[in-house]
Amino acid sequence: MSEMTEKEMNTENSTEQSLTGREVLKMTGIKKQFGDLEVLKNINLCVRHGEVVSIIGPSGSGKSTLLRCATFLEKIDGGEIIYLDKKAATTSHSGKVFYTGKAEMKEIKQYFGLVFQQFNLFPHHSVLKNIMEAPVRVLKRDRAEVEKEARALLEKMGLADKADQYPCNLSGGQQQRVAIARALAMKPEVLFFDEPTSALDPELTIEVLKIIRQLAEEKMTMVIVTHEMSFAANVSNRVIFMDGGVIVEEGDPKEVFGNPSQERTKQFLKSYKE
Amino acid sequence: MTFGTMLTTMAEGMLKTILLFVLTLVGSLPLGMLVVFLKKSKFKPVAWLTDIYIAIMRGTPLMLQLLVWYFGPYYLFGMSIRGYKFPALLIGFIMNYAAYFAEIYRSGIDSMPVGQYEAAEILGYTKLQTFMRIILPQVIKRILPSVTNEVITLVKDTSLASALAYAEVFSLAKQISASQTSFLPFVIAGVFYFVANYVVAWIMNRIEKSMQYYK
Repeated sequence: MSEMTEKEMNTENSTEQSLTGREVLKMTGIKKQFGDLEVLKNINLCVRHGEVVSIIGPSGSGKSTLLRCATFLEKIDGGEIIYLDKKAATTSHSGKVFYTGKAEMKEIKQYFGLVFQQFNLFPHHSVLKNIMEAPVRVLKRDRAEVEKEARALLEKMGLADKADQYPCNLSGGQQQRVAIARALAMKPEVLFFDEPTSALDPELTIEVLKIIRQLAEEKMTMVIVTHEMSFAANVSNRVIFMDGGVIVEEGDPKEVFGNPSQERTKQFLKSYKE
Repeated sequence: MTFGTMLTTMAEGMLKTILLFVLTLVGSLPLGMLVVFLKKSKFKPVAWLTDIYIAIMRGTPLMLQLLVWYFGPYYLFGMSIRGYKFPALLIGFIMNYAAYFAEIYRSGIDSMPVGQYEAAEILGYTKLQTFMRIILPQVIKRILPSVTNEVITLVKDTSLASALAYAEVFSLAKQISASQTSFLPFVIAGVFYFVANYVVAWIMNRIEKSMQYYK
């Protein structure tokens, strides 16, 4: 791809249509170890623009670690991570992992956002400030413009009246929606969710899932690690089932949930039906 | 000596006590932060030296430290120590209190959930931005009660300056008491310390309350 087209694609939102299908994230041969424990064994993950990918699997299967590697919260021990043709991490023939330089890394980090299981809002900032701080401080954008967008995001999240509240005064579901708004305010190419509803009770879970579903309809590129099987089945274009640090099965949600080809997948899904 | 003259003589000492107290805080509160950074340094010798410094500051009497800071330059290097009393006191108090504050800061920083750092990192904050805008404000709220304790102790510890015969309020009380064979100077000094700490506690309480808008 020539430099010109790449630039166009990165900067112009109007070319969204042509971006569909383009690889936003490509992870190949990802290895991760914690001491002697191999958490990720040669994982390949490719996420295309506009795609919603759900990652399911039992606890300890490595799905959260995969997200943490994709977002650089954990360093990989082998493999390659590419965001929009920019190589973030590569592995040499001798097996040494190289991450790209600070300047390029900073740029790459703006391609993604992450929504945490525990929300991780900043408790000393108001809801509005939680959303505005990063665009203003990190992206150096105009404060008034950012505030307009932040309020629009809150409106979308059904939290317009909570702008001046502090996170401690919100329910878990509201906090998670603020966290989603905070991530969206950075205008990421892809948004990762690390078990976004695992800390919420069923009622609050519904309001968060509703928002994620809405984002899916708007063709937001998302990778969701979740235990909500019916949600994953409904919302995603692709489901990945992980176990023991490998991808056991991957494909169309109808296939994976309706007619899984692997015995391990059947076994896992059965535990959810009971 | 009338009560009035006693009070005016001691008022000068009170000012000196307050000066010592304020300058010690101004020096040791930020220095404590520097000490934490040195202690957390990835360059191990620096971290070890900082540990030794903190161990000595906390492990020996402050009165002894003051004597060493004051007389040390003379005994070690034969330097003249004329006019050096107040600087020696300041150095002694600041170095000592910085060590204690450093430990309080460290406990506060270590108590911060890792999720706060991770959220800031994902949003693209630099290390400095993360510390200044996300971590430090929350740390201050967490450590305020411990800092209040330390500041109140400092008010009373300024009386240790009497070891160098520095004419702060406690030294004066001793002197006047001995020359006048009166107990009154100690009562005046006691009331002074009590009122000073009452003010300190009130101010710190106000600061704590101003941070109660979030949990």
